[in-house]
Amino acid sequence: MFSASNYVDKVDFAFIFITAISFALLILITILMIYFVFKYNRKKGVKPVNIHGNTTLEIIWTAIPVLLVIPMFYYGWVGFVEGNNPPKDSMTVKATAQMWKWTFEYPNGVKTDTMYVPQNRPVKVDLISIDVTHAFFVPAFRIKRDVVPNRNNMVWFTSENTGSFDIACAEYCGLNHSYMYSKVVVLKESEYADWLKIQTDKMNAAAITQ
Amino acid sequence: MSTHTSKVDNSVSYLEYQGKHKGLKAWIFSTDHKRIGLLYLVTMLFFFSIGVTFGFLMRLELLTPGKTIIDPQTYNSFFTLHGIIMIFLFIIPGLPAVFGNFFLPIMIGAKDVSFPRINLLSWWLFLLGGILAIVSVIMPGGAVDTGWTFYVPYSVRTGTNVWPALLAAFILGFSSILTGLNFVTTVHRLRAPGMSWFRLPLFIWSLYSTAWIQVLATPIIGITLLMVFFERVFGFGVFDPALGGDPVLYQHLFWIYSHPAVYIMILPAMGVISEIIPVFSRRTIFGYKFIAFSSIAIAFFGSLVWAHHMFTAGMSSPAMFIFSLLTFIVAIPSAIKVFNWVSTLYKGSIQTDPPLLYALAFIFLFAIGGFTGLIQGALSVNMHIHDTSFIVAHFHYVMFGGTGFGIFAALHYWFPKMFGRKYNLKTAKVGFWTLFVGFNVLYFPMFIMGWLGMPRRYYDYLPEFHIYHSISTYGSWILITGLIIMFTNLYIGYKRGAVTTEENPWGGETLEWQTMTPPPIENFDVIPEVTGDPYGYKQNDENETVKVKEAL
Repeated sequence: MFSASNYVDKVDFAFIFITAISFALLILITILMIYFVFKYNRKKGVKPVNIHGNTTLEIIWTAIPVLLVIPMFYYGWVGFVEGNNPPKDSMTVKATAQMWKWTFEYPNGVKTDTMYVPQNRPVKVDLISIDVTHAFFVPAFRIKRDVVPNRNNMVWFTSENTGSFDIACAEYCGLNHSYMYSKVVVLKESEYADWLKIQTDKMNAAAITQ
Repeated sequence: MSTHTSKVDNSVSYLEYQGKHKGLKAWIFSTDHKRIGLLYLVTMLFFFSIGVTFGFLMRLELLTPGKTIIDPQTYNSFFTLHGIIMIFLFIIPGLPAVFGNFFLPIMIGAKDVSFPRINLLSWWLFLLGGILAIVSVIMPGGAVDTGWTFYVPYSVRTGTNVWPALLAAFILGFSSILTGLNFVTTVHRLRAPGMSWFRLPLFIWSLYSTAWIQVLATPIIGITLLMVFFERVFGFGVFDPALGGDPVLYQHLFWIYSHPAVYIMILPAMGVISEIIPVFSRRTIFGYKFIAFSSIAIAFFGSLVWAHHMFTAGMSSPAMFIFSLLTFIVAIPSAIKVFNWVSTLYKGSIQTDPPLLYALAFIFLFAIGGFTGLIQGALSVNMHIHDTSFIVAHFHYVMFGGTGFGIFAALHYWFPKMFGRKYNLKTAKVGFWTLFVGFNVLYFPMFIMGWLGMPRRYYDYLPEFHIYHSISTYGSWILITGLIIMFTNLYIGYKRGAVTTEENPWGGETLEWQTMTPPPIENFDVIPEVTGDPYGYKQNDENETVKVKEAL
């Protein structure tokens, strides 16, 4: 099974891991509450008992959550650090955000408002904002990074799947924030080369006519 | 009871007491902590109704894709004002300023807070800030549209009325600082004889921890908002990159206050829950010291996790590592509280009156809020769900399901003591269940669509999210029905409910239940001498053959 990006498996695993443990604990707490409310209901007329505490229990229910959150933290961390180190052979695309559109610029100067990338090749996206803070968010790739003016954030991914995926702006940026959508289109390597050639020719032709 | 030597007439309740002022003036110039508490209650509920209206209209807009009732600019103002009003005018002052003011002095056996006039001043500042926030909506220029977070550079560039909103938040901050200062001093100086630290009710412990955060953290937001104000008005370059500033610096300064503020909001609610559960279980609280110290631990660790709001902003890896790890650590004291509350139900004598229902719902909803907080604390997952409706669901489970339900629990718990009237218990339960169901139908779908990639603060959305948005909007209608039932019932109780002078209707052991209903102006005829812990329930120990301490 191919993933839409190199992050999907790790993020989804961390999510399911934490959710499963949380769900089990939530069920435990809830069932205990409901059980106690019925079992020790005042209508049954049983005399209540004062129990001031139990240090062993306190230690147990402090230690177990500590032991549980450490792997949660760890899985979150490993999935994240990968994003800091783009492979050396990454292709770079410059993404410029402004109110309320995206522009993508390729190494040879071609500019588009939809992002095209080749399959199975690491793509590093340099994030530039020319006005306020935006955020580059591709839900299918499980990536998001703020696009902050004067701060050159970047994000990188490799997509194993071809297809078209939504890019959303995830940092509130005013009137048309919710319309600041674009797409990232993942093409087979050869299709991408063809696409880039057509775009390059178009760009050159436009330059000549000017 | 022996006669008192004070000059004031202490034989009538604080509601009937006649000072030098009459009518409305007897309220708005009163320095009595109980009257100030009620002033806060009335103003806070007024602002709450406005906040609810904005929330309701936002949900209505999101019922269908595209325009349903309002345009995007109006929508952006609505979610901004909903946030500002709910946070600064409802959740933050809700428990400390209303119930803290009313009950803190009584529960520690004092006649009033340390500085009654400063207390009145803080209400006036609250009113002023609140009015300014509301007035900014109708001033020319348009209602503020920055989100309650006022993120720079957008907040410096937008043409809307940012400065009145900033000034309002600034003034409200002072109100909060003064209340915190008053509570810290009062707890230190005015405890009744015998009221040692470990005999303090847990609500007082939570207010005390909260008060310290209010005093220490609020000035930071004050200065930060002032800097944004100067940046907008005089062109100072602190945060705006166009002027050579750094927008991420703003985010740090904002969250250095606003994350601890989350604990200002939740800790007092935890205190209320710690009062209600032993009373309605008719037994002593389980793990008193662990609950008390976990409040302090939350206040301390909660001050060190602010940057988890900024994981996508582009921080260094060591910073990410530390802030993520600490975020997981801060969950532990909350877990300890939950386990102790549940254990307090064990071998109790439980009566499911409305305050307990709200308290148990608090535990359930807060647990969901807490667990989903863990999900966001994991860095890789945070990259995906940050700034999506998953976050919106999470903080509504914590702030509304937690603090909101805590406020409703407190209202139902202390209502008879405050007003000397009874409300209808059956209707209160109907209101509770409607509210509880509506709440979950409204907010749970937001978790799902957030995970699926629905960003927050969106006026419009892609067709695949329609189903979740419409369910959520239906939930808002159920929730509002619940709110109407609850408040109408309480209002009818206040106006026409059976008069009661019963001192202790629920069987509580803390000091507010050992004085007149409603309390007299100086709270007690004679300042009580405290001899035992606040949830003693000595009667349980009588004729008891088993040694209960090791019962588990």
